[in-house]
Amino acid sequence: MAGAPKYRPGLGLSASRRGTEEGPWVKWSLVGAALAFSAVFLVLPLVNVFVQALSKGWGAYEAALADPDSWAAIRLTLVVAGLTVPLNLVFGVAAAWTIAKFDFRGKAVLVTLIDLPFSVSPVVAGLMLVLLFGLQGSLGPWLDAHDIHVLFALPGMVLATVFVTFPFVARELIPVMQATGSEQEQAALTLGASGWQTFWHVTLPSVKWGLLYGLILCNARAMGEFGAVSVVSGHISGLTDTMPLRVETLYQEYAGTGAFAMASLLAVLALLTLALKSWLEWRTQRGYARAERAPVSAPRP
Amino acid sequence: MDEKRFNPLPGFGLTMGYTVLYLGVIVLVPIGALVLKASALTWGQLWELATNGRALAAYRLTFGASLVAALINAGCGALLAWVLTRYEFPGRRWLDALVDFPFALPTAVAGLTLANLFAAQGWLGRFLVPLGIAGAFTPLGVVIALTFVGLPFVVRSLQPVLANLEREVEEAAATLGASRLRTFCAIIAPSLLPTVLTGFALAFARAVGEYGSIVFISGNLPFKTEIAPYLIVIRLEEFDYAGATAIASVLLVLSFVILGLVNALEGWANRWQG
Amino acid sequence: MKAFASWTRDLPRAAAPDGVSRRAWLLRALGLLGAVSVAAGSQPKPVTLLNVSFDTTRELFREFNAAFAKFWAAKNGQTVVIRQSHGGSGKQARAVINGLQADVVTLALAYDIEAIVRLSGAIEADWQGRFPDNSSPYTSTIVFVVRHGNPKGIRDWDDLCRPGVGVITPNPKTSGGARWNYLAAYGYAVKRLGTQAQAREFVTALYANVPILDTGARGASTSFVDRGLGDVLIAWESEALLAVREAGPGVLSLVRPSRSILAEPPVAVVDRVARRRGVTTVARAYLQYLYSDTGQDLAAKHFFRPRSPAVAQRYHAQFPPLNQFTVAEVFGGWAEAHRQHFRQGGVFDTLYRRRE
Repeated sequence: MAGAPKYRPGLGLSASRRGTEEGPWVKWSLVGAALAFSAVFLVLPLVNVFVQALSKGWGAYEAALADPDSWAAIRLTLVVAGLTVPLNLVFGVAAAWTIAKFDFRGKAVLVTLIDLPFSVSPVVAGLMLVLLFGLQGSLGPWLDAHDIHVLFALPGMVLATVFVTFPFVARELIPVMQATGSEQEQAALTLGASGWQTFWHVTLPSVKWGLLYGLILCNARAMGEFGAVSVVSGHISGLTDTMPLRVETLYQEYAGTGAFAMASLLAVLALLTLALKSWLEWRTQRGYARAERAPVSAPRP
Repeated sequence: MDEKRFNPLPGFGLTMGYTVLYLGVIVLVPIGALVLKASALTWGQLWELATNGRALAAYRLTFGASLVAALINAGCGALLAWVLTRYEFPGRRWLDALVDFPFALPTAVAGLTLANLFAAQGWLGRFLVPLGIAGAFTPLGVVIALTFVGLPFVVRSLQPVLANLEREVEEAAATLGASRLRTFCAIIAPSLLPTVLTGFALAFARAVGEYGSIVFISGNLPFKTEIAPYLIVIRLEEFDYAGATAIASVLLVLSFVILGLVNALEGWANRWQG
Repeated sequence: MKAFASWTRDLPRAAAPDGVSRRAWLLRALGLLGAVSVAAGSQPKPVTLLNVSFDTTRELFREFNAAFAKFWAAKNGQTVVIRQSHGGSGKQARAVINGLQADVVTLALAYDIEAIVRLSGAIEADWQGRFPDNSSPYTSTIVFVVRHGNPKGIRDWDDLCRPGVGVITPNPKTSGGARWNYLAAYGYAVKRLGTQAQAREFVTALYANVPILDTGARGASTSFVDRGLGDVLIAWESEALLAVREAGPGVLSLVRPSRSILAEPPVAVVDRVARRRGVTTVARAYLQYLYSDTGQDLAAKHFFRPRSPAVAQRYHAQFPPLNQFTVAEVFGGWAEAHRQHFRQGGVFDTLYRRRE
């Protein structure tokens, strides 16, 4: 996801149409095919989650969500996301500043390394943490001797989530920072502003929408991560089950309704994410003409 | 690319240092742990563990299904992108927003609900299964789940390119008497190809590592519906760390290769579009 | 309070050399603990326990934990909160080996606890003698669940090898229940057909009928019940009875084969963790409580065969006698069974290789 370029909707439609339209027959069959494909892969899964969750009525739905273990899962998910997102935010800003504003040797390598977690299987990410922090691993025995628990506890789950969502903020920020250039910052510095002042008052406002966009993506993935967290969680109900893991636990406890109820909450979160994202796109669309001319993907020196 | 110039902006040392430190702690140290574990094995052992029949079957499924899913996404994604940028129809904006749904929806939920849709009693399965199309617990199920998770890549890569495509060239072709199909094949398709390839590679890379959705929709049967990440989990659960590490190393190396490929493709695409 | 905790921690261990008198000691220690806490005029600090268990005990421990918490509070006024983690037995054992802070483990088979002993040393080697009946407070066996009316006419293990019968069983590499399933089938074949080679042919034919391998026993039941896969589910008797009840009347039926295995799920205190957290006493009392009348009754209620003859008598209609064999008798113990069948390259792996 980190690599997907942003798209500003509606730009193509304003263009002239003369001589470049397909016949209505072609057009509507293409639209039909696209709608059929989206119906199967996008609409039906979404509807299915809610229908399954409410299949035994609203009462059963509420009861499924009232379970203290489910509440604990919701809380834990929020805590994990709440720790992950700021960590990756600070990193993303620092990395984008370095990469977008300066030229140095090895920039391409750095960009590739930042992208790396995106293509590592989450399960492998989890395994690496097990190898590092497990009692059979490199650091595990030492940590255990000092009664510090990383694996099967909050720190391990946060580390796994941070790994998986590592590139999001940086990936979104780099092209935006690059597109805005550094003339304004240089002007501010010339006028006597300090480095921090320049950052807060000049850089940050100009990239805030891109930043927000990266945060939304990062947060969505942090809340929904399953593979990596599953490997390091230990699945203790009420303690280390996040919402996606709780979906699995409930599913295994013959609580199909409960599982889909929890899944529906996650789907609502997904929809909120989409709504926020669309709103952001609408906000940025207006002032985006300048950035649109710049390359959309990460810089290659 | 640029001429060397004096850069007055502050913070290079700080941000560079922090970036490298954080990258090191979060990404490189864990990868180092994996490499360390793998290096405790001899090459022979590593080769044996990473290439036994079951692992080979798992790679075959992982890469085969990812390839098919990425191809479907290249085709259907291009169609979707085209329809979304070129045509006005009721619900277009909704559909456009919904394209990102697979990014936002946790993959475990996706797997659960897709399995539910395609199982024998599911909304789609009840029509498809009698026709012999079993979508749940088969290799086809793996393809379905991977298509879902990779769906936005091609669409989102193509949309800005399609929107920026110069209509004048198409108009000129039409004025010169070229049929619409000919214009598409000779002018539009070639200029889209690099971007489709980028989207394809991204979808492929994402699919190779996918785990959450597959657990629910695949039958997880050795040699048949077992993917490589799942086999790693199995090896872990069998206390077989060497085996897990060997397979993980293969996936890791392939991730590097795919990533390099994506970057090369993007560079190529950027050059192509000037 | 802290000193008090460290004082009680090692009391039963130091004072009780063998299993039987330990129980008496434990009770006396509990009484003492209660007396001391009353004398101190304050409630003992609340404690938490983590019970790492296998897949099909979810319902049992939900109810048992509440019962024990009540018992413990009444006994000495201490609040105890018990947390659960469930999953395939082998997977759970691996988590404990890797540092999951379990105070007690209640797993599907002794081999998994042995693995913890061997690979991490967190449990002491003599664990099996610490509680009665080889530290296995309840037993079970392996039976079949079929769709209502038994359309495929499944009566015994031989029917599972017929072509066209879909058999659902989980993955023996990750699930303890699946190991029992496999060994039950293999043991039946050895007893009926005679030779190991024939038994191998038998399980090969059986596993050729398995369309999916879930990671845990519960996952397999879900595949069979909710997703409608397969014609027969091989399962713990407890899981089978639960599945039949959960599905409602007229959906599933239970079939008991002519011969099956005696499954003995064991329990143990994870000494290292419990000692460090200062909960050894309550952890032991917790497992001991499984042997009490209440514990045995709850086990039976959740379809595990109780050890107590009195409770067994009460539930005899639910657990008809069955011709059972043990792992020791047919396979020469778990270590040997694992070496032969489940380790990488063992018989189970060759079943799938041959199919390819």
